Amino acid sequence: MPESLLAVLDALPYLLEGSFITLVVVLGAMGFGFCLAVPLAVAQVYGPRWLRPLVALYVWFFRGIPLLVFLFLFYFGLCTALDINLSAFTVAVVVLGLISAAYQSQIFRGAIMSLPEGQLKAARALGMSDAKAILFIILPQALRLSIPGWSNEYSIILKDSAVTYALGVAEIMARTHFVATRTYQHMPLYAAAGAIFLVLTWLGIRGLRYLEEKVRIPGYSHHEF
Amino acid sequence: MEEPILKVEGIKKRYGKKEILRGTSLSIRRGELKILIGPSGAGKSTLLQCINFLVRPDAGRVWLEGKEIHHAQGRELHHYRQQVGMIFQDFNLFDHLTALRNVEIALVKVRRMSRNEAHDRAMAELERVGLGDHVQKYPAQLSGGQKQRVSIARALAMDPKVMLLDEPTSALDPELIGEVLAVIRDLGELGMTMLMATHQIAFAQALANEIVFMEDGLIVEAGPPEKIFGCAENERTREFCSKVMELYTDNR
Repeated sequence: MPESLLAVLDALPYLLEGSFITLVVVLGAMGFGFCLAVPLAVAQVYGPRWLRPLVALYVWFFRGIPLLVFLFLFYFGLCTALDINLSAFTVAVVVLGLISAAYQSQIFRGAIMSLPEGQLKAARALGMSDAKAILFIILPQALRLSIPGWSNEYSIILKDSAVTYALGVAEIMARTHFVATRTYQHMPLYAAAGAIFLVLTWLGIRGLRYLEEKVRIPGYSHHEF
Repeated sequence: MEEPILKVEGIKKRYGKKEILRGTSLSIRRGELKILIGPSGAGKSTLLQCINFLVRPDAGRVWLEGKEIHHAQGRELHHYRQQVGMIFQDFNLFDHLTALRNVEIALVKVRRMSRNEAHDRAMAELERVGLGDHVQKYPAQLSGGQKQRVSIARALAMDPKVMLLDEPTSALDPELIGEVLAVIRDLGELGMTMLMATHQIAFAQALANEIVFMEDGLIVEAGPPEKIFGCAENERTREFCSKVMELYTDNR
């Protein structure tokens, strides 16, 4: 067996452990981002007039600064300045989550605004408060429409998560780098890392596609041409 | 004379420079079917939506059963809207819910009924409008006429004191209009109070207690159907009526 293949096989369990960490970072960030993004989107569409520009400000801020800058700013800057002791893993999840919330909020905002105005009117006409109408009528529909945009967001965060290696999070990239610098098998190892990312992307997109099909409203056809 | 169940006075609404309602007043007594007619853009739909504050009037007062709705917000507004059923031109069923859930949801979330109670009530209302066999279908699986009947069942389940119907048949294929009008006619016979905007002149002529002709945000003339369609006082009313009669009487 060629030496390069052996190096990859040797490193594989170690790299797969890393992909588990990558997945936890990505899912954590997406989950955290989701919890922030839904209220942000609702606030931007239905919130009081003074609140809407604040949401826009949030989105501008977190979409406008590179991930690596944020990671360093939080980990080396903020955590030191405030003297709080957070693990690199936690900072990675929080920073990726804050950034993802900005993008996700715009996915949800678009979905909410694409719903016919009559949905909210009908809910109000039945005596629902706006909070109930949003919770029971608007969001269930908007979130369904958000799934395609969400799978896009998943694939972006998945790849962004590799940057967290700069903080020392033991994810795929960090581990690959670690092994490669010791074995000098750069080519096969980074190729393996790339392949793992491809598989993870594929899995996530398939999963979300399945979810999309699962929660599809009967009678609404896909636009098939 | 009996106190009107619903009364509005001096309703005004403008969008930018355009005045849609210019101080409209009307009242409706228990069990009455009052029909709003008039050209598109007359303000019929805006008036109906101002009555339950789906559109905020710039000015005007609203009374339900003699009680003025002072603070059209929060709890008082939600409570008021439960008592005023609304039927929309384009149905506005909740697209992600079955016919049954469409009727149930406000019973559970607004009137706080138990799931069982809400289910039984929703089934009863759907059967009343002839949809007992379609309760598990989603809006996208129903015809326009069926959708509108679900929306009527949804409104009825809230036990409204008065119903506002905003051109309930305008979005329907001609062959589906009859089934919806039949349901509305039955409601009228059971004593439901209704204020309805429509172009269905034959229906109005046969069943309305009063016809209200609106144009340019004002009520031009009101009276019993015989008068409005026969010998209206106002020139514009006569003109409008003769035109729509020509158009609609032969395809009822």
